[in-house]
Amino acid sequence: MADTISFLKPRDAVLSRRAAIIADLTELLPPECLVHEARELVPFETDAFVSYRRLPLAVALPKTTAQVAAVMKYCHRYGIPVVPRGAGTSLSGGAIPQEDAVVLGLSKMSRILEVDYANRTATVQAGVTNLNISEAVGVDGFFYAPDPSSQLACTIGGNIGMNSGGAHCLKYGVTTNNLLGVKMVLVDGTVIELGGKHLDAAGYDLLGLVCGSEGQLGIVTEAVVRLIAKPEGARPVLFGFDTSEHAGACVADIIGSGIIPVAIEFMDKPAIEICEAFAHAGYPLDVEALLIVEVEGSEAEMEAMLKAIVEIAGRHGVKTVRESQSATEAALIWKGRKSAFGATGRIADYICMDGTVPLGKLSYVLNKTSEIVDRFGLRVANVFHAGDGNMHPLILFNANDPEDAARAEEAGNEILKLCVDAGGCLTGEHGVGIEKRDLMRHQYSEADLNQQMAVRYAFDEGWILNPSKVFPLDGRPAA
Amino acid sequence: MQTNFTLAQLADPHVAESEQILRRCVHCGFCTATCPTYVTLGNELDSPRGRIYLIKDMLENGRPADEEVVTHIDRCLSCLACVTTCPSGVDYMHLVDHARIHIENTYRRPLVDRLIRNLLAAVLPYPARFRAALALAKLGRPFAPLLKRVQVLKPLWAMLDLAPKSVAGISGSAAPGTHAPEIEKRGRVAILSGCAQPVLDPGINDATLRLLARFGIEVVVPEGEGCCGALVHHMGREEQALDFARRNVDIWTREIDNGGLDAIIITASGCGTTIKDYGHMLRLDPAYAEKAARISNLAKDITEYLSTLDLPRLEPKRLNVAYHSACSMQHGQKITMAPKNLLKAAGFTVRDPGEGHLCCGSAGTYNILQPEISAQLKARKVRNIEATKADVIATGNIGCITQIASGTAIPILHTVELLDWAYGGPKPENIPAR
Repeated sequence: MADTISFLKPRDAVLSRRAAIIADLTELLPPECLVHEARELVPFETDAFVSYRRLPLAVALPKTTAQVAAVMKYCHRYGIPVVPRGAGTSLSGGAIPQEDAVVLGLSKMSRILEVDYANRTATVQAGVTNLNISEAVGVDGFFYAPDPSSQLACTIGGNIGMNSGGAHCLKYGVTTNNLLGVKMVLVDGTVIELGGKHLDAAGYDLLGLVCGSEGQLGIVTEAVVRLIAKPEGARPVLFGFDTSEHAGACVADIIGSGIIPVAIEFMDKPAIEICEAFAHAGYPLDVEALLIVEVEGSEAEMEAMLKAIVEIAGRHGVKTVRESQSATEAALIWKGRKSAFGATGRIADYICMDGTVPLGKLSYVLNKTSEIVDRFGLRVANVFHAGDGNMHPLILFNANDPEDAARAEEAGNEILKLCVDAGGCLTGEHGVGIEKRDLMRHQYSEADLNQQMAVRYAFDEGWILNPSKVFPLDGRPAA
Repeated sequence: MQTNFTLAQLADPHVAESEQILRRCVHCGFCTATCPTYVTLGNELDSPRGRIYLIKDMLENGRPADEEVVTHIDRCLSCLACVTTCPSGVDYMHLVDHARIHIENTYRRPLVDRLIRNLLAAVLPYPARFRAALALAKLGRPFAPLLKRVQVLKPLWAMLDLAPKSVAGISGSAAPGTHAPEIEKRGRVAILSGCAQPVLDPGINDATLRLLARFGIEVVVPEGEGCCGALVHHMGREEQALDFARRNVDIWTREIDNGGLDAIIITASGCGTTIKDYGHMLRLDPAYAEKAARISNLAKDITEYLSTLDLPRLEPKRLNVAYHSACSMQHGQKITMAPKNLLKAAGFTVRDPGEGHLCCGSAGTYNILQPEISAQLKARKVRNIEATKADVIATGNIGCITQIASGTAIPILHTVELLDWAYGGPKPENIPAR
């Protein structure tokens, strides 16, 4: 197991009371809602950032907000760390527990509580999957816009924790732009409601603060999200290029001309091959870089926008342009793209970076990324949200070779620093988690970080909520 | 993901295979979303990713199976929805097969569980015994409510609940022999007569024989065919499963040598998934590996085979058919469009129920061994099917037919029964009048 990133030292006062804590939790939860047998804790030791693993003390899987509140109140009283978990799909280790922590999993709270078309909102429990919302309202012509590639499995609670994005966020914005309200359990078990069905609420925008707080300000148990009417039509178009530079420059030019397609996704050759092997979407295999550009609207609107984009692509030497010919083909194009990370498992283990850079720097950063990975003797596949500069180099390595794994981590850190130095940031949508925690000082000054920690402290002065994440372990205010 | 096995452990071919499967998993969690037990129970331990992790932990540590691991593996339906979903191509099917063998070899189940499993393994694969057992079930039915109240005896209640109220007579389609085509011969196939299906619903293979004869296919029902082995295979009773497999391989190989076979036709997709895996199951047996691989290649679901015959397109009928794709059909064998295309070509209006990827809860003996989860899945499946407002349900697996029929008033038929009717066969008796 990788060990460069450390976790907080488990609290002895908690570890020594393990049996008593489990006995107490048994009183608070029905039997099927508590996991504590040693064998059964193992599958909860990690998430999709699988290089790091820590066994939790217990796993609570409550069914109601009241049960969440009871567990929080109890853990707060005894200073027991709590690690919230949705579907455990975090790529930054956001849901990885620690030895003295109770995992608070929301997977049993997965119901859609209300759909209100008049106000274009859905009220859902935090454990509902992102895609379930769109599926539930799809027949009526609506959808929930942010679409992380893991949308099939990831939960809305996790999306709120990480302020998740997705391919279609170029036009519709990320989670925070589509979230109207939450019900949240505070660290001491108090239940609060923020926002509602309206676009703005009186007083501070605490909802904005909660979105992206990585489970450190409270446990969201319900959310009110915005629904959007489906467009008349939507069409992904494939643009193949001879070099990544040309594709990158084309993206900057499309956005720079004022055009906002719904999505502009980038894949380099290794990524195209990986995705094609899984989805058989008909991606061109004879190009070095591919853009998936999706336009939507009426037939005339799509035609007009496509014409302008094709013209720009022509200036950047586009080699192939192919429009999807059917809904099935369009679905396959997206299936391949959205399965890219998992499909990479067909050829190697990987860690996925999440840096975001100004569009003018895309080509530069892509080139430098290749140089870095080459220098470490590793391979890389690039597949990412080019339209908003959110890069996802997948660094390929062999998890059964500790040296290879260490090199991959080191290369990843260099790439993220490169993104920051290019004027971008460490994370576009996956969150800081543990993965980027120790790089936060590269992004922020001491004063910047202290201000963020002060906010955190105001919500959780005992630092029990997801404590090993986001902020470097040294230099924190005393609990 | 990372694995930790010693070279000595990897010397065991089963462990070596499982290690390769585990290495493919990147722990992305996509599989959780389409797993029927995870969406029902909401616990990672009852998801494919959770089970993969439990199996990994057990195998790496060379531990015998224990109650916790067994609980969660037993809850797996082997529906293989996870395999369809998995982007990285994790072969969960063979991993969970290995886990089940490991459980069977290293874990002693509680007495009642053991007895019930022994009973199922001793009765279901043998048509004569199964027929006798169904007759006995009539006598047992008055005690069903009593059994339902005792947790460990619930499987017995489930058995009685599922047993049909009347048992059909023995049909000619199960008797060994050759069925000549009605027109000039253009193909020769063998058909699996099966074990439970001819007892529960002999009409399925009757319809298959009529339909194939009408299109010029000679069908042989070979002497000595038996259960495909799926039932005991899913209990981890590998030696017994391999015995069934070897027997069928021998019999079909004889048929290939004697008259040639274009295909081995299977009308229960659960059996199809297993027979198509014979090549893998017997890969370590030098005397059988090659023969078994040949049989697996010849094995075809009836709808797969019919798709090669270019059946004529018929006038539309005013009958709405909800097509329920059995897990063994869509996930096990990846047959998704063929049955629907055949029905459409035959003039039926085909409707796809929502959540079509989710299991109906039948899953071999699952509805007997896990009656509570099975009942929840059945209710969900029936809700989705009834929402299509279809006149009739079509599917390709006897297990699903029995399960779904016990939860809805909409008639349910095998796809081939509807096709036989459309192409000139008798009208199935429970088709609604129009």
